[in-house]
Amino acid sequence: MKIIATDREGAEHIVEGRDGWSVMEILRDAGLPIAAECGGACACATCHVYVTGDWAEKLPAKSDAETDMLDMALAVEPNSRLSCQITCAPELDGLTVTVAPE
Amino acid sequence: MSRIETDVAIIGAGPIGLFAVFELGLLDLKAHLVDILDRPGGQCTELYPEKPIYDIPGLPIVTGQELTDKLMEQIKPFSPTFHFNQMASGLEKLDDGRWKLTTDAETEIVAPVVVIAAGGGSFVPKRPPIAGIEAYEGKSVHYAVRKMEAFRGKNILIAGGGDSALDWTINLAPIAASLTLVHHRDGFRAAQHSVNQMRELAAHGKINFEIASVKALHGENGLLNSVTLSNPEKKEWQHACDTFIPFFGLTMKLGPIAEFGLNLTENLIAVDTAKFQSTTPGIFAIGDINTYPGKLKLILSGFHEAALMAQEAFHICKPNEKLRFQYTTSSSNLQKKLGVA
Repeated sequence: MKIIATDREGAEHIVEGRDGWSVMEILRDAGLPIAAECGGACACATCHVYVTGDWAEKLPAKSDAETDMLDMALAVEPNSRLSCQITCAPELDGLTVTVAPE
Repeated sequence: MSRIETDVAIIGAGPIGLFAVFELGLLDLKAHLVDILDRPGGQCTELYPEKPIYDIPGLPIVTGQELTDKLMEQIKPFSPTFHFNQMASGLEKLDDGRWKLTTDAETEIVAPVVVIAAGGGSFVPKRPPIAGIEAYEGKSVHYAVRKMEAFRGKNILIAGGGDSALDWTINLAPIAASLTLVHHRDGFRAAQHSVNQMRELAAHGKINFEIASVKALHGENGLLNSVTLSNPEKKEWQHACDTFIPFFGLTMKLGPIAEFGLNLTENLIAVDTAKFQSTTPGIFAIGDINTYPGKLKLILSGFHEAALMAQEAFHICKPNEKLRFQYTTSSSNLQKKLGVA
């Protein structure tokens, strides 16, 4: 599966996802500016991304923990997600995300 | 200003800084610790106090808070001194070869050895990505409430949905000229009784609650007179206020350590793997803040680094003494230090 990620400068990066990995891990390992301070524990809100296109509806819904943690993210929009809480899977091929401002 | 002389100054009271106290203590070295937070534990207590950690050797499951509590118990015999709520702000080499570490609270710690165990850096408030916000900071934009009186009679806008946002909405409402809480949703990551109290205040017109986000700040010379709020229904509108207090929790920034003149690689301190010393003799870096070939950011790696660091710290602090390597299981000398013999 591929993830199309837009960085804070507007540049697009096409990165290869791995089934079972979190989108945060894929973006971080690809060198995108994802702080992920807590390492994926849904405890810091520093892996905040916007999912674009119709992906907001297509992704599995946010857990209560993710919804709560988004309260600590900056510039939250209806399509905000914490990328550590999205798991790569074949049906997510072509997922488009934009790294949120810090 | 207070000036302290000790063996080792440790920056950071996270798990690795705490365990360093233990390893140094076994070698009779005293430590002072500086941390910007108000309690020990660093990331363990700030980010995930309730989350379980499964990879601490010998502790199949332990939470961040429990690990911190256990480390505090373990180092108690060595009575370390903590300087909380202080940021390490300056490092200077003295003529006698020792180091002087200063903090933003003007504490001075003079020691032959400085250990940087600062993890991802200092925890500082998250700054909303609103253009030009820096110009208002300290005058109209505040990230904490230190003296409530400073907010009397103000037209306050608080942003956020956590406990800090709710608590300060409730506490500042009686003294503010007006107070508006703005949050992106009609739900909160806060104690339910605080949420109920806030809704009560809003129902009685004591405060306003807006589901919206802050898009822009307007004013001049750092003095705010209004903000632009926005939400999908009302689009954008102006809201008059003279004080803006965003509460979005903390994030880690390297901070003044970047100016210490150390050899940094992508905000990490390069160290050797025998002593975990930086390229500046006497300055060590252990835990998440260091880098070396094969580095893994694991608590257990930091513990190992602390033990090796302590050996070299001993040689620097006590150049004329021979280091006697002993085990806590068999050495009555060590057991006395631990208060168990």
